[in-house]
Amino acid sequence: MIEITGRVRSVWQRNLDAFLRTYRVNFIPPFIEPVLYLLALGFGLGTYIETVDGIPYPVFIAPALVSISVMYSSFFECTYSSFVRMYYQKTFDAIIATPVSIDEVIAGEMLWGATRGMIYATLMLPVLLIFGVVAMPSSLLLIPFAFLAGLLFASIGMCFTAITPGIDALNYPSFLFITPMFLFSGTFFPLDLLPEPIQYFAFAALPLTHVVSINRAITLPAFSPTNLFSLAWIAAATVLFFLLAIRLMRRRLIV
Amino acid sequence: MKMIQCVSPKTGGTLEVFGMDVDSHQREIKSRLGVVPQENNLDPDFSTYRNLLIYARYFGIPKHEAEQRAEELLAFMQLEEKRDVLIDKLSGGMKRRLIIARALINAPELLILDEPTIGLDPQARHLIWEKLRSLQAAGNTLVLTTHYLDEAERLCDRLVIMDQGKILVEGRPEDLIREHAGSDVVEVERTQKATACLTGLGVTYDVAGDLLQVFTDRPHDVARELLEVCRHEAAVTVRPATLEDVFLRLTGRSLRE
Repeated sequence: MIEITGRVRSVWQRNLDAFLRTYRVNFIPPFIEPVLYLLALGFGLGTYIETVDGIPYPVFIAPALVSISVMYSSFFECTYSSFVRMYYQKTFDAIIATPVSIDEVIAGEMLWGATRGMIYATLMLPVLLIFGVVAMPSSLLLIPFAFLAGLLFASIGMCFTAITPGIDALNYPSFLFITPMFLFSGTFFPLDLLPEPIQYFAFAALPLTHVVSINRAITLPAFSPTNLFSLAWIAAATVLFFLLAIRLMRRRLIV
Repeated sequence: MKMIQCVSPKTGGTLEVFGMDVDSHQREIKSRLGVVPQENNLDPDFSTYRNLLIYARYFGIPKHEAEQRAEELLAFMQLEEKRDVLIDKLSGGMKRRLIIARALINAPELLILDEPTIGLDPQARHLIWEKLRSLQAAGNTLVLTTHYLDEAERLCDRLVIMDQGKILVEGRPEDLIREHAGSDVVEVERTQKATACLTGLGVTYDVAGDLLQVFTDRPHDVARELLEVCRHEAAVTVRPATLEDVFLRLTGRSLRE
């Protein structure tokens, strides 16, 4: 049985402390990224596109930028960064010599990955507001939803970390899973431009599709019943991968 | 060791720490243990002082209590000057001292140390020995594994020699030496003449590489006989027997790899 107590907080807090110690470098991406993407794609390329389904192009991509940032920050936190802590720094070994259990270490890592995604979404919001590409107050919902979406990507990332033979092999999920999602999840062009089988595939197997869909509904705002399906999909996948990550990590670390 | 620390599952039999089963009472046992691992696993993202505070948090020690304890331990381990330095900037000996300080943060009833002085220079080793002895003097229980037999001889009240997972002997270091090696060792170069002489005298000896070793309680008699009766010309050394002699006699001289 998986038993998780309040001690999980000490693991989460350790990562927050490390993040805040180097806050200057950590706080740069969420400010710079949306500016670069909006200028190059939104207002550069966007002048040829003008509108997508009646939405100005910068407004169309703004929620995708938040979704991508959450995906990257949570996924990479629980792949490369967690792997470094586990394998090179032996931080997990040090922690499990205390009353904190291995389940709590892994859960704390994933909750931290989700938190990092949420911090990034929070920092991006004012930038997007300055560009006038997201509506208020509905866009405040980006923040809590970033935690849920972040927890999903963190859990998927942790599953890969649990089975990877070494840090280099983490490049496989990064290029074969994350990069295609970055491009084909209704991020920079609407999904219905793609052939129907690929659309189905995107809805069935690419989590970012659901995240973008919900974030776009939040920032426009324009909610529809499909958002509820996406929310259910994300919630179910999060529970599944969260528990799977703990199982796989136990198998790797308990020897 | 890992099974005692409740981080590896028990492979068989029964194992109790503080009278509690290691499978069912992991948290209770771990909260009362201090562990000094062989491998350096200090947290490189933080300073010396914050390493102690963050570790205290894993035990659920309240912040003000942890701060006070961390300051005391830095003083005890002579690390105050390095209080705000990142782990990378510490020497090997300082890292080991910090790991010991970290293991003491929860005031453990039992301190487990795995090769606490491995790879350290003599000054650093002596400082750590001094600290461990003062912990012992204060009534703490230490369990220590080591390949350095001089370390075991200095620090241990009770010693177990193990080989390939089996206990060979156990007891106080001085008793083990007396029992398994005798008080002294006479060493001579391994020549045909010396071999013949010792055999002729009816003295039992061990072959150790290019040396012949006689373990005896009357070393001067043996040395005199070698020199006078056999007119042995090369050097004859007499020295007190050590734990290393006991270890090698019990486990043999072949490399164990």
